[in-house]
Amino acid sequence: MKKDIILSGVGGQGILSIATVIGKAALKEGLYMKQAEVHGMSQRGGDVQSNLRISDQPIASDLIPSGKCDLIISLEPMEGLRYLPYLSSDGWLVTNETPFINIPNYPESDKVMAEINKLPHKIVLNVDKVAKEVGSARVANIVLLGATIPFLGINYEKVQDSIREIFLRKGEAIVEMNLKALAAGKEIAEKLMQ
Amino acid sequence: MSKQLLLGDEAIAQAALDAGLSGVYAYPGTPSTEITEYIQMAPITTEQNIHNRWCANEKTAMEAALGMSFVGKRALVCMKHVGMNVAADCFVNSAITGVKGGLIVIAADDPSMHSSQNEQDSRFYGDFSLIPMYEPSNQQEAYDMIYNGFEFSEKLGEPILMRMVTRLAHSRSGVERKEQKPQNGISFSEDPRQFILLPGNARKRYKVLLARQDEFIKASEESPYNTYTDGPNKKLGIVACGIGYNYLMENYPEGCEYPVLKIGQYPLPQKQLYQLIESCDEILVLEDGQPFVEKQLKGYLGIGVKVKGRLDGTLSQDGELNPDSVARAVGKENKAEFCIPSIVEMRPPALCEGCGHRDMYITLTEVLKEEYPSHKVFSDIGCYTLGANAPFNAINSCVDMGASITMAKGAADGGLYPAVAVIGDSTFTHSGMTGLLDCVNENANVTIIISDNETTAMTGGQDSAGTGRIEAICAGLGVDPTHIRIVVPLKKNYEEMKQIIREEIEYRGVSVIIPRRECIQTLARKKRSK
Repeated sequence: MKKDIILSGVGGQGILSIATVIGKAALKEGLYMKQAEVHGMSQRGGDVQSNLRISDQPIASDLIPSGKCDLIISLEPMEGLRYLPYLSSDGWLVTNETPFINIPNYPESDKVMAEINKLPHKIVLNVDKVAKEVGSARVANIVLLGATIPFLGINYEKVQDSIREIFLRKGEAIVEMNLKALAAGKEIAEKLMQ
Repeated sequence: MSKQLLLGDEAIAQAALDAGLSGVYAYPGTPSTEITEYIQMAPITTEQNIHNRWCANEKTAMEAALGMSFVGKRALVCMKHVGMNVAADCFVNSAITGVKGGLIVIAADDPSMHSSQNEQDSRFYGDFSLIPMYEPSNQQEAYDMIYNGFEFSEKLGEPILMRMVTRLAHSRSGVERKEQKPQNGISFSEDPRQFILLPGNARKRYKVLLARQDEFIKASEESPYNTYTDGPNKKLGIVACGIGYNYLMENYPEGCEYPVLKIGQYPLPQKQLYQLIESCDEILVLEDGQPFVEKQLKGYLGIGVKVKGRLDGTLSQDGELNPDSVARAVGKENKAEFCIPSIVEMRPPALCEGCGHRDMYITLTEVLKEEYPSHKVFSDIGCYTLGANAPFNAINSCVDMGASITMAKGAADGGLYPAVAVIGDSTFTHSGMTGLLDCVNENANVTIIISDNETTAMTGGQDSAGTGRIEAICAGLGVDPTHIRIVVPLKKNYEEMKQIIREEIEYRGVSVIIPRRECIQTLARKKRSK
């Protein structure tokens, strides 16, 4: 088992919270893991990414080679496109469809969607809308994570356990809402794949 | 013990705590900040009264750590690579004094300049200071090196430099801990003059240091961090330093066909290098940062075995290594299947909405651009450096910590008017105060804006050394109190702010304007934690 994942978004969107859940779940599975993060200057509203590698064999590099990434998880549609040179020919892009516009020259949304639609394997969903339906805009990241379940290579129950552990100190209601968000994302992805 | 998921930085911190650390001394700087933050948060730090407060700058940090070593205790100093320039005076001399308690200096390099002004390679500091160095390739190795490094430092009686790079500092992996050691008790050197670097004594100490170089090389030859792995294809021999080794092995999952010498400890192990050079036709050096090893192997005249690396163009001379560039260096290729669509635009970082620096720049540029077209603004290192970008386009320089004030002075000395400096509160207490004293002593015609957000914001909101005392420090250094002006940077105060800026530019002498409002990030964090 080997999964190379790139998480992308805009500084402040919270891509690292997704990585934390996957990382914990991977450790529960007894897998090796390396996760390179970006700290510092770019966290101020710039583009951010994290390379997350999971394997049942020891992992050499903290960075993913070009053309070897199995899954890009993006909280922002244009940011997902930025890492396409890393995506393998049968890799998946799972992305939020809502643009985060904090630059004056952000491309037209139609053009961004047209580029995403050119890809052979993609899941596009409005995580913010689904999150609000589930209960709170704050679980948008977990909705997106849910949509990656079919490609993650990690047992769904292990991801659920990981969420329970991470959100335990915030109370049962928060845990339940996050689990609902995860399930909602998973369901959307499964429907889209049919 | 089970594995813990730790950043490279956190592995260093945990190892130091487990090895009986008595104090960490540091100034925040990406990618080194998380080491000290981890120690600050660890329960054992409070329980055992381990020193952990941030220092005013890297020089005060290095000196305090040497003082702790002087009394026989184990100390850690952490900084980003450019911090080494600030700490260098004490750092280089600490190799001459030697140490009593174990002393490890962490220099976190930032090849590719993710958050920095240059990509200087800290291994050169260790080299000309003539002390041993570590360069880990993964989180576990970083842990092991620090855990055992304090004892090694005490055995040699020398400080040890560990060179980190961004990718390892900020990458998480499983780390296995070792048993907790107690702190050292107080003890002193048997030689009462060891730390007195009067020329006569310094000459003696320097000879001692020089005489021990062979011992350091031998330690490297016997080090578990320097390993020689033979390969069947002798056309090439590879020297892979630190994380360069990871990128190499990424391209050879079944094992490398060429002999590989992995380097994790310096000075370079002579014995293994001879072995590699004698058995291989050519040498390839993989090292993150500058061609430090490559230059040593090549020599000035380039006579002898052919050495490939960053100098001959096999690898780019700038930027960090990655699996793709290393693949190309060994004649392989990681092919991209897709390219970045042309519609994808750059998304540079920007000042947060609601940040006080924004209000400062809005009012400052309005006054300067309309009323003083001959102005120049000298800025500094911090969030407010982002004033260089649109919509502000407000600054003309950013060079090093504290250079805003002194460059404004030099320009004013040369006849520029108005010469304006923009510096943050933490950068001011790091290296701006002495420059302000220069200005006061000559009554330089400068207007200095200390944009005070009461924190070290860019690195994530660490305590700032002069919070609540910025105006007192300025007055103490001799700035006329009538020309120290404090204002709250908010939209409703724009007219007042602009009037103050005008008045102080018109004043021919040293004036300090302090727009003060807490960083919105630290404010939000405080609210969340309530």
